[in-house]
Amino acid sequence: MDDLRALYQEVILDHYKRPRHFGALEEANRRAEGTNPLCGDQITVYAKVEDGVIRDVSFEGMGCAISTASASLMTEALSGKTLEEAARMHSVFHRLLTAGDEVPDIEGLGKLEVLAGVRDFPVRIKCATLAWHALRAALEQSDEPVTTE
Amino acid sequence: MTATPTIDGSQPVSAAPTLDVEAVRREFPILERLIGKARLVYLDNAASTQRPLAVLDAERDFETHAYSNVHRGVHTLSQEATEAYEGARERVRRFLGAADAREVIFLRGTTEAINLVAQSYGRAEVSAGDNMVVSEMEHHSNIVPWQMLCQERGAELRVLPMDDDGELILEELDRLLDERTRIVAVGAVSNALGTINPIAEIARRVHDAGAVLVVDGAQAVPHQQVDVQAMGADFFAFSAHKVYGPSGVGALWGRRELLEAMPPWQGGGSMIQSVRFDQTTYAPLPAKFEAGTPEIVGAVGLAAALDFVDRWGMEAISAHETRLLERACAQLDDLPGVRRIGNARRRASVLSFLLDGIHAHDVGTLLDRDGIAVRAGHHCAQPVMQHYGVASTTRASFGIYNTEEEVDRLVEAVRRTQEFFA
Repeated sequence: MDDLRALYQEVILDHYKRPRHFGALEEANRRAEGTNPLCGDQITVYAKVEDGVIRDVSFEGMGCAISTASASLMTEALSGKTLEEAARMHSVFHRLLTAGDEVPDIEGLGKLEVLAGVRDFPVRIKCATLAWHALRAALEQSDEPVTTE
Repeated sequence: MTATPTIDGSQPVSAAPTLDVEAVRREFPILERLIGKARLVYLDNAASTQRPLAVLDAERDFETHAYSNVHRGVHTLSQEATEAYEGARERVRRFLGAADAREVIFLRGTTEAINLVAQSYGRAEVSAGDNMVVSEMEHHSNIVPWQMLCQERGAELRVLPMDDDGELILEELDRLLDERTRIVAVGAVSNALGTINPIAEIARRVHDAGAVLVVDGAQAVPHQQVDVQAMGADFFAFSAHKVYGPSGVGALWGRRELLEAMPPWQGGGSMIQSVRFDQTTYAPLPAKFEAGTPEIVGAVGLAAALDFVDRWGMEAISAHETRLLERACAQLDDLPGVRRIGNARRRASVLSFLLDGIHAHDVGTLLDRDGIAVRAGHHCAQPVMQHYGVASTTRASFGIYNTEEEVDRLVEAVRRTQEFFA
């Protein structure tokens, strides 16, 4: 059960059961959907962007513990960040999930580090990245729904 | 001799023989596999069944001693390979209760078989303003090829609804059928719910309306005796890998007069009589629909799989799986926070369920840590998920080698999953 506890850390279960920034954002000026075709999960990410800064961000949709917690933690981490900071964090987060045996440089990731355990469950990596893919589409103002494929 | 239950359920299971499951399990070395520290409990049979030694050995033996291309050479190996391949076709004919082996077309599987019917029969017979019917509980492979056909031809795709137990509402079929209905496509057994559909009854209504019935038999072949003529199908498709055979091979059966009249699907070698630049003539059945070198070894493996199934007896297999299903349902129903999806009166051994507040993917991950392989997702039947207002379910599906102890391990692991997320 140890690796399960590493995957489903308390912080993750907490964000799964009580997701933060959950629900549509009325003043959003960016919005995108993400779909995980593997399980049929759908998520919508909303963002309010002004002067290159993410003033507010939220999400809604059904998902597993990993995708919900990842989305919730993402919204916490990105509120108030510049677009450049958000892009950097996305790439660092991606590195966290895809690093092999070497210790990845994840400086500045903060609480998102709790998702490191997903690394050992390759089929679940897409769950953890779903919200991030949707967010990137939102920030790029793509009108197309995105998927994790 | 007791009557074997037919796929349409017209005869009940009666005094079915018991199955020596321990002897069955000895034929499947993969069942000894450890997942982490736990012994594998393989409950993903509706996705793919495991293959017994009889199948693995038959393939290896053929590859080691008799392999070559079929239908061409005059040399010994080619003759032997052709005999094995055509022998497999005859084996499938017997398994399906078909009248003529020429009605059996070897293809990659159920999906390819349905696409063949859609693109050959469908394109020839469906015109703008026509309509066809699929059921709400179909696998995507029995929806999307028809959507593509209908879009191309300007035809209407109608949906036969199901009720909340997961049974088709047959009265609605009569309302949907009219003189412009060309095709009805229905699965014999639902892969997401386990529902056994009353194919013979559906066939009568479809034929009264002058349409043809395409049966997706993928989930039916491992569970029940199939008789394509008795059930009244016009086309029947299945895959070897659902019935203890290899992946990458399956068959389409079609009524001969329909297949004869249909245009070829793919062009290439083997499917021709003669090729000239001013005119090519096509081979007779079944070669007309088998362009290119087929999956020869797979066909041999499929024949061995059908022999395996017959050796243990479909009646005994079906009764065994039903016992496992009933045991699992009863135990899960006793656990609070478990909701089973699909409660049709006649079901094959497929069990879909939800756990309150726990996503199917998380259930799948936790069960895997206990060595239990289940499916978590939409099972390529998203309209079924939409019917129940969920994105996904956890699905356990039982096969010939599963045991009551494994059912108990499943239930215990579900209970622990609930504790973990409590």
